[in-house]
Order: sequence, then C-alpha cells, then structure tokens
Amino acid sequence: MTQISRDDVAKLAALSSLQLDDAEVEHLQADLQAILGYVEQLDELDTSDVAPSYQVTGLTNVLREDSVQQGEVAPVSLVNLAAETKDNQVKVPKVI
Amino acid sequence: MPEISYYLGRSARQNVEEALKKAEEHTDYNVFLRLTKERALERADLVDAGKITGRLAGVPFAVKDNYLAFDGPTTAASRILEKFEAPIQATVVERLEQEGAICIGKTNLDSFAHGSSTENSAFGVTKNAIDPDRVAGGSSGGSAVSVALGIVPFSLGTDTGGSIRQPASFNGVYGVKPTYGMASRFGVVAMASSTDVMGCFANSAADAELVTSIMAGRDAKDATTLDDYFVPADESANGLRVGVIQDFMTEATDEGVREQTWAYIERLRSAGHTVEDVSLPMAKYGLAVYYIVVPAEVASNLARYDGVRYGRRADSAKTLDELYGRSRDEGFVTETKRRILIGNYVLSSGFYDAYYEKAQRVRTLLMQEFDDLFGRYDILISPVTPTTAFKIGENINDPIKMYMSDVMTVGVSMAGLPALSVPAGTADGLPVGVQLIAQRKNDATLFALARSMEKIS
Repeated sequence: MTQISRDDVAKLAALSSLQLDDAEVEHLQADLQAILGYVEQLDELDTSDVAPSYQVTGLTNVLREDSVQQGEVAPVSLVNLAAETKDNQVKVPKVI
Repeated sequence: MPEISYYLGRSARQNVEEALKKAEEHTDYNVFLRLTKERALERADLVDAGKITGRLAGVPFAVKDNYLAFDGPTTAASRILEKFEAPIQATVVERLEQEGAICIGKTNLDSFAHGSSTENSAFGVTKNAIDPDRVAGGSSGGSAVSVALGIVPFSLGTDTGGSIRQPASFNGVYGVKPTYGMASRFGVVAMASSTDVMGCFANSAADAELVTSIMAGRDAKDATTLDDYFVPADESANGLRVGVIQDFMTEATDEGVREQTWAYIERLRSAGHTVEDVSLPMAKYGLAVYYIVVPAEVASNLARYDGVRYGRRADSAKTLDELYGRSRDEGFVTETKRRILIGNYVLSSGFYDAYYEKAQRVRTLLMQEFDDLFGRYDILISPVTPTTAFKIGENINDPIKMYMSDVMTVGVSMAGLPALSVPAGTADGLPVGVQLIAQRKNDATLFALARSMEKIS
C-alpha cells in the first residue's frame, strides 16, 4: 500500500499553494493515508481493455458564433472585488 | 408542510413576511447564513403591483449559499468568500425570478459543498429539522431544513455525489438530482465539474417537478447544458419495470432503513409495477471512483481562489507565494484542504495512471452496468443512504466513515443519471428516503412515478 510521509504532505501542500501548520500536516497525513488506502480497492479490477470516461454527456466542441458580445459586468466592478486596488488595477506584493 | 399552491394568489408581501418570520423563529437551527430581506420585500411589492407575473408569482424560496444571488455576499460557507458580493446571479436563480419566485435568503452548507452533514461549514452546524441533536445532512443541509421546517415551499441545492438526495432523506422532504446537464451551472460555485448538478427540495413531487421544469434547459453560458428535453409524463403510466439494487439492501444498511425501503417496494408492487431484484456489482467501487475523480476536479476548480482578484486576502503577506498560501490556508476548512491534497496527489505525473485514469476506467464499467440494467428496467430503486440522520459530531473525525453515507448516491452521480429522493416513512422517528433512479434524460418518469405513489402511501 502507498505510504504517505510528512514530507509528501508538505510537498503536496506547497504544490497546492497551501501554507499548512505542523499540526495540520500531521492530521492530513493520516487522512490521506486512510483515503488512498480505501481507494486502492480499484486495483482488484482489470481495466486494461476499458476506455476512461471523463464526462457523461458525449457533447464535444460546443461552439458559439464568433462575434463580439457585451459583457454583463463593467470592468471596474470586477476590479473592485479585489482586496487591494490602486488606479483601477489589482494590487499584489512585488513579484520580481 | 405548505406546498407551492398555498402561496399562489395571495399577497406576495404577506408570503414573504410570513417566510421571514418563520426563518427568524428558527434561528437556532442555523438554516440561513443570511436573509435577503430588503430585496425580497421589494420584489414582493413588484409582484403585488402586477409588474412581475409567472408560474411562481409571489412564492418564497431559499438558495444554497454557493449560488450567486444579489443582496449580500455569496460565501459557499467559506472564509475565503465571506465578503464576496457577486455582480451577477446564477442562471437558474434568474429563471425562477422570471417566474415571479422570491428568494428570501441564502442557506448553510458544508464549505464549498464538501461534506455530508453541513458540519464542515465555516459558519456553524445546521441542525436536523426532526431531531436538533442530529445533522441536517449535506452538503445542502440548510436548504433541506428550510423546506422541512416549512419556512419556504422549495429551495435550491447542488448535488455532486449526494448533496441534495442525502439531506432530503435525513429531513423527510423530496430532493431532485436531475440528469447531468439538465440545468445550467452558470453562476454556481464549481465543485466537481463532471458531476455537479443543480436541483431542488420540495414538499411534494408535483412541486419538485414544476421547479425542475423551470430550471431546465440550455444556457449559452454553460456549454454542458442539454437542450430542454423535459416533458412531464402521465402518472397513469403504470406497469413500470422496477429493479431493486440488492447490493444496497445488505446488512451494511440499517434494518429500519431496509424495512421502510421494502415497504415502499411493496407499495410499488400493489400499484401494479413489476419489481425484481437486480445486481450492480460495480456499486461497491462507486465511492472509490468518486473519491479520486471528485477531489481531482475540486483541486482544479479551487485553484482559482488565490486571494488576488476576489475573496479574502491574508494580511501583510510579503511575497506572492506567501499571499497565495496564507490566503488559502486561512480561507479553506480542513475538508477542503484534504480534497485539494488528494486531488493534486492523484493528478500528479507519477500517480495519474494508477489513480485518476484508473478511476475513470472503472467509471466506464459502472456506466455500462447502469446502461445494461436500463435496457431491462425503467426505474432502479435503493435507499438514499445506509442510515438515518446521525448525531452531530458522530462522524466528523473519520473522513471514510463520513464518506460512506454517500455510498448509494455517488455512483448515480458518476454516471450522470437522474434520481429522486422520496420520503418513505420513518425508522425510530427519523425520516427514511428511497432513491428512484432512471436512465439519463428520463427525469419525467421519476416525477410521474413519485406523484402516483404519493396518492397511495
């Protein structure tokens, strides 16, 4: 059975942009171990000749007419949803 | 409990004031995260002045707080969206409003719809309508209880793996999980995009059907919506072929739940339907498929919450990475983090084939088994969930045990089938629901059967 270490959880958390504290890492390590242990029962099934189903409607390439449409929401209302703004733009910490 | 017909032709203001008063009398159940009183009363006056008409003119309803709706924030019961005020409304909310329905408030849920008890809300637990020491079920717990307490005649929920059917069962109301793609998901906080469906709770099959028919139909803003195929079926259509899913009638299901399900099955027989036992061997793998595929989609859908463009942002972060990490850590509850981690694990390059793709292959086998059964049966039946409502706190520390409460509903979701949760008696005083399942796009058969069975139960 797959073993999940503390380092695995810490690495996953970093990749998931989640800054977890130590207690959370420990707790989630046990949970992940249990959940992955449970789902491994699928290994009982031979699926080598079975195609995966990623969706159920069978719809493909649902296209709309390539024409300009007026958005319902003014750009300024979208900018105003951000926690910090300046000069009608979203403000973030220094990137580079 | 009042049905939609009670509200029609009365003063809309009186309807709304009564509903708001009932909501305020039941605050100890923690049903509503917020009442949208101001807008509701404004709209009621427009209905009373004849400026808004329709099939639901003046009928109050409630929406799960993951539907974008005006008059206050849409939180998804999370800290990260605690103050998020949407500039648009969900398509189905708009459709109901066009028929004159009036939203009186936003109901509690498991944060981001991740859960089976509404205990994962960032804003407190919702209590069961019949026994307040027990859970409402979830994730659409608040919406189920709003109907069960008679605050509103119908409410909206979302169902990704059982989040409408299970709380409907726990509170003794009807719960509708339509065919995947029947109703638009536009303007609803995404959980798992390949199984998310929009549905309703109601106190009668006819009400559930009316609301569903209004919600249904193609929406240019949701490319997965199907053309409106819904035509109500004649309830005199008797002689249906019904299959009882034996895999869900074993000792793993509480005796009281099985007894009430068998009693409902007996009534189906008496009503002239042909009932046979059927086997769905893939059923036992449904939950494992679900807990790979859904976390994968959750992890992807929740990557958008970064604290930058909208939602809560962590204070005084020095770098962008710190801003993302802390905003997400502070904004998500533990269950959400659990699902994001599982999802990113099963999607990671080393494990993608072994988990994610494997699960999608088993999903094909599950869909094939359902298709095969629907070649021979019109309807499949099972309980909704193995137990009646459990005690608050009973399962919260054991994720697998909590997930087991969805064991009978997740397979239906993975296959995109329509299902109804129908009240079918009580066990030790607690409601039991049966799950009626049909082939994709055969939603109308479910409603017709449920309507006809109401008259003889």
